[in-house]
Parts: sequence; C-alpha cells; structure tokens
Amino acid sequence: MAAHAELEAQIDRWRSYVQRRQAISPADVDELEDHLREQIAERQATGLDDEEAFLVAIKRLGNLDAVSQEFAREHSDRLWKQLVLLPEKTPDDDGGTPAWRELAVVLALAVGAGIAVKVGFLLIENENVFARNLGLLVFPFIAGYFAWKRRLTPRVGLALLIPYGVLAAALNIYPFSVGGSTELLAVLHAPVILWLLAGLAYVGGRWRSDSRRMDFVRFTGEFAIYYTLLALGGAVLSGLTLGAFTLIGTDFEPVLAEWILPFAVPGALVVAAWLVEAKQNVVENIAPVLTRIFTPLTIVMLLALLGVIAAAGGLVGLQRELLILMDAILILVLSLLLYSISARDSLARPGLFDGLQLVLVVAAIAVDTVMLTAMLTRIAEFGFSPNKIAALGLNLLLLVHLVRAAWLTVGFLQGRRPFGQVENWQTRYLPIYGAWAAVVVVIFPPVFGFS
Amino acid sequence: MRIDKDLVAASATPLVLGILAEGDLYGYAILKRVGELSGGSMQWTDGMLYPLLHRLERFGYVNATWGTSDAGRRRKHYAITQTGREALAERQQQWTVVADALRQVWHASPTPPAVTEGWA
Repeated sequence: MAAHAELEAQIDRWRSYVQRRQAISPADVDELEDHLREQIAERQATGLDDEEAFLVAIKRLGNLDAVSQEFAREHSDRLWKQLVLLPEKTPDDDGGTPAWRELAVVLALAVGAGIAVKVGFLLIENENVFARNLGLLVFPFIAGYFAWKRRLTPRVGLALLIPYGVLAAALNIYPFSVGGSTELLAVLHAPVILWLLAGLAYVGGRWRSDSRRMDFVRFTGEFAIYYTLLALGGAVLSGLTLGAFTLIGTDFEPVLAEWILPFAVPGALVVAAWLVEAKQNVVENIAPVLTRIFTPLTIVMLLALLGVIAAAGGLVGLQRELLILMDAILILVLSLLLYSISARDSLARPGLFDGLQLVLVVAAIAVDTVMLTAMLTRIAEFGFSPNKIAALGLNLLLLVHLVRAAWLTVGFLQGRRPFGQVENWQTRYLPIYGAWAAVVVVIFPPVFGFS
Repeated sequence: MRIDKDLVAASATPLVLGILAEGDLYGYAILKRVGELSGGSMQWTDGMLYPLLHRLERFGYVNATWGTSDAGRRRKHYAITQTGREALAERQQQWTVVADALRQVWHASPTPPAVTEGWA
C-alpha cells in the first residue's frame, strides 16, 4: 500500500482541486474519481507506473475548465449564485465591480426609494391616490438595481418601461369612485404586476428560460425571508428606542412615523434584494429546512380549517372576510410549494417529502374547492360584483395550478416523469398570474364603471 | 481514422442510450464499450460523459443508482427507462433516414471520399 502513497496523495490533490468548481457537486466528484481510478488501474495493468497511469488518466478526463463548464450548463441551479454575483470575476479578485461600489449603489437606491415615498406622501394628499402609487414609487429603485447589476439592454429596459407606464397611467387616469372596490382591487393587484416586472429585470430579460424563472422564484422566497428578518430587527430596535425615549420623557413616535418608517420600509426592500444576491450561501442552507418544517405544519393547518368548515356545517354561511383570509392562506400554500420546489435538487429521487408535498397540494385543492363552491353560492345569491369576479378568477387560476401540480407530482412519485416536468409547470404558469392581475387593474375598472 | 468531434457529439446520446439498452452500466464501462464498438476511433473526452448522463437523467431517459464497486468505492450505475427506450427508437429512425440518404447519394455519384470530408 505504501508503494501507492504518492498516487493516493495525487488523487487527493486532484479531488480538492475539482471540488473547488462550484458546478461539480461532491457526488459528481465521487463519480469522476471512480472513473479516474478505473482508468488508472487499467493503465497499470498494461505496465505503466503510478505516475504515468495517473497522467494518462487525467489527460483522458479532459480539460477541467471545459468539463466543469459542461457540468455548469447541465446544472445551472448550482451556479446561479455565481452567475448573478459575479459579473466578471470573483469578489476577492481585483477585477470586476468592487464590493464598496455595489454597496454604494445599493445604499443610494435605498435612500432614493425612501425619498420617493416620503416626497410622494407629502405631495399626494389623497390617501387612496397615495396607496395606488406606492408600488410605482418603489419599483424603479428595485428594478434599477437589477438593471445596473445585469446591465440590461435598451430593449429589455423598454420592455420594463412600457408596462410600467401603462400601469401608472391606468392607476392615475382612471376616475375611481371614492372607496370603490375596483380601486381596492387595483391597489391589491398592481404589486403583483410590478413584482413580475422586477422579475423580468432580475432574469436580465431572459424570461423565456425556465431555469431563470426558477431562479426568480428562489429569489422571491429568499427575499421574503430577508425582508422579514430585517423587519424583525428593525421592529426590535425601534421598540427599544421608543421605550427608552418614553421613559426619558421625549416623544419619539412622530420621528418614527414620519421619518424613520417612510425611509426604512421601502429602503429595506432594496437592501433585501441586494442581500439575497450577495449572501446567497447563508440562506441556501436554511431554505430546505424551512420548507421541511412548514410543509407539515401547513398541512395540519389546512386540515384543521377543513374540519372547522365541515363542523360549522355549511358553505353558504361563510363570511366574506373569511373567504379573503382563506385566499391569503392558499397564496401562502402556493408560495411554500413553489419555494420548496425551487429549493429541491431536481435529480433527487422521489422521497417522503415529495409525498408530503402532494398531501399539501391535495389539501389545498380541497380548500380551494370549498371556497369556489362558497363563492359560486354567493354569486348566485347576491349577483356579480368586481370583488367576487376577482376572487373567483384567482381561485380558478389556483385550482388549475394546483390540480396540474398534483397530477404531475403523482407521475413523479410513480417514477413515470422526471422532476423537471413538475418544475416547468410551475415556471410556465407564473406569467398567467401577472396577466390576470393586469386584467384586474386595467380592464376591471372601466367594465365595472370605476365603482 | 479519427471521427470528427461534431459527429461524435451528435451521436453521443443515441450511442449511450443504445449501450444502456444492452444492460445497466457505470460511466467508465460505457466509455469502454464505446471504444470497443468503434474500434477506438470514436474518442470522447472522458469527463464530458458525465454531464451528458446527468442530462439524460433529467430528461428521464435513464435512472441512476449508487452502488459499490468491487474495490468498495461508491459507483453510480445507469439504467435506461421506458421513456429512454422510446427516445432511442426515435433517434434510431432519424439516424436510419440520415444514413440512408448518405448511402443513396454516395452510390449515385461515385465521388472519391475526399468530398465526404467536408460533410462531417
């Protein structure tokens, strides 16, 4: 064995060298090592010594850069953080954007978002008008960050500006009647459109690519986590400050409400987007854990909900507020589903967790069906209204999404389909939500007389 | 005779699927089989086989399972699936058409092989 010590050391060095490639996972390195050792053994059998055999085997394996690039092409999910993080080189290298310059851009955009919101708040006196424009005020700064980061082409820039302009026009030119439901619907749906537009900037205009869309889903999930963390930290900090100032006898609340919150809340959006981009590695380990914790819990919640509805003995009695709340729950379930799919290794075999996910989807379908029945009953009883149609449309979209996802997951669990099909269904369906939101914002108000 | 690398790349998928249709194998053995079948004239860069196998796995054409080699190392074995067999059948038809067309045109005009160089 001692005779081969040098060979073993060489293989070890090779291994650690290959492992540094982000596109080649440890399991792939095992596979390549097995190959290398077979090749070496065969060369040795033909009479080569250890070193010659090793050299031939390495040579036959090919140029590591080219091979790792091929791995990267096949497993782009492993690389996504590298692709977005490094426009040119690694951050430690001197080439590329220096870290401080990116930080400066991010801070400038965050402050800019804060100023936009503050100025908007001062200039727009009508609260409803302000609510309609809030998303429009913040969006340019998040999209601007991605435009800077991805060096968007003018064409993509235009593809962002035109819908943004149309949306801004619709939200401000339409003569919404005060307190009408079409206005509230527009306020609720506009952020969806804006977020998908931000997604277009995020993927650098390559919106046709399924894997880039999946990256955006992953980004959205991680963004939500970071934003929540920032919000929690901010809340604790302001709570403590508020308490201390009150005890001293100074009224801190006006400062908090008028100066700190208007800057911190929109600014944190930009900062959270940047954090997801820059600190990918940290969350990557948390994401699968979070989905694994919350999938079973959400199943329990959905089942409890179904149980309570059944015990209450009917659907007709379901109140409007409850229906809205359940819609929110369904959207949450869908986000959880998307996020766990995006965090999953698409080559892993079907496991217990995929079964759990199917249970979650089926429970969500059951809840959705109950809701649809309740809604149709309400519509039959009270007639159409913008709210009801918007809710009905959303629930139908969710139903189609969930049923097809369940169907594909069953196929995957039976080993009839690769996981890629489950993924592609999610990413291809996403734009439909944007289209529906656009219908609600742009078409609903004129159709329902801006009521 | 060395086969042009584009031609090697184009034939890689049907070749690997065809070899797996004969029976389950691991990476190194697949490459050895390629060498045997082509009399050593189809040279692959060994490392490129694995991304290809992973792609076939993602398409659902092959299944992979980890096992152990005789020496006790971790080794990944690949097996063709039903979808893979269907894909292989389709590729076979395509290649038959191509080969048939080439044969016809070369039989029709007795050109020296020098012309065929440019083709590959």
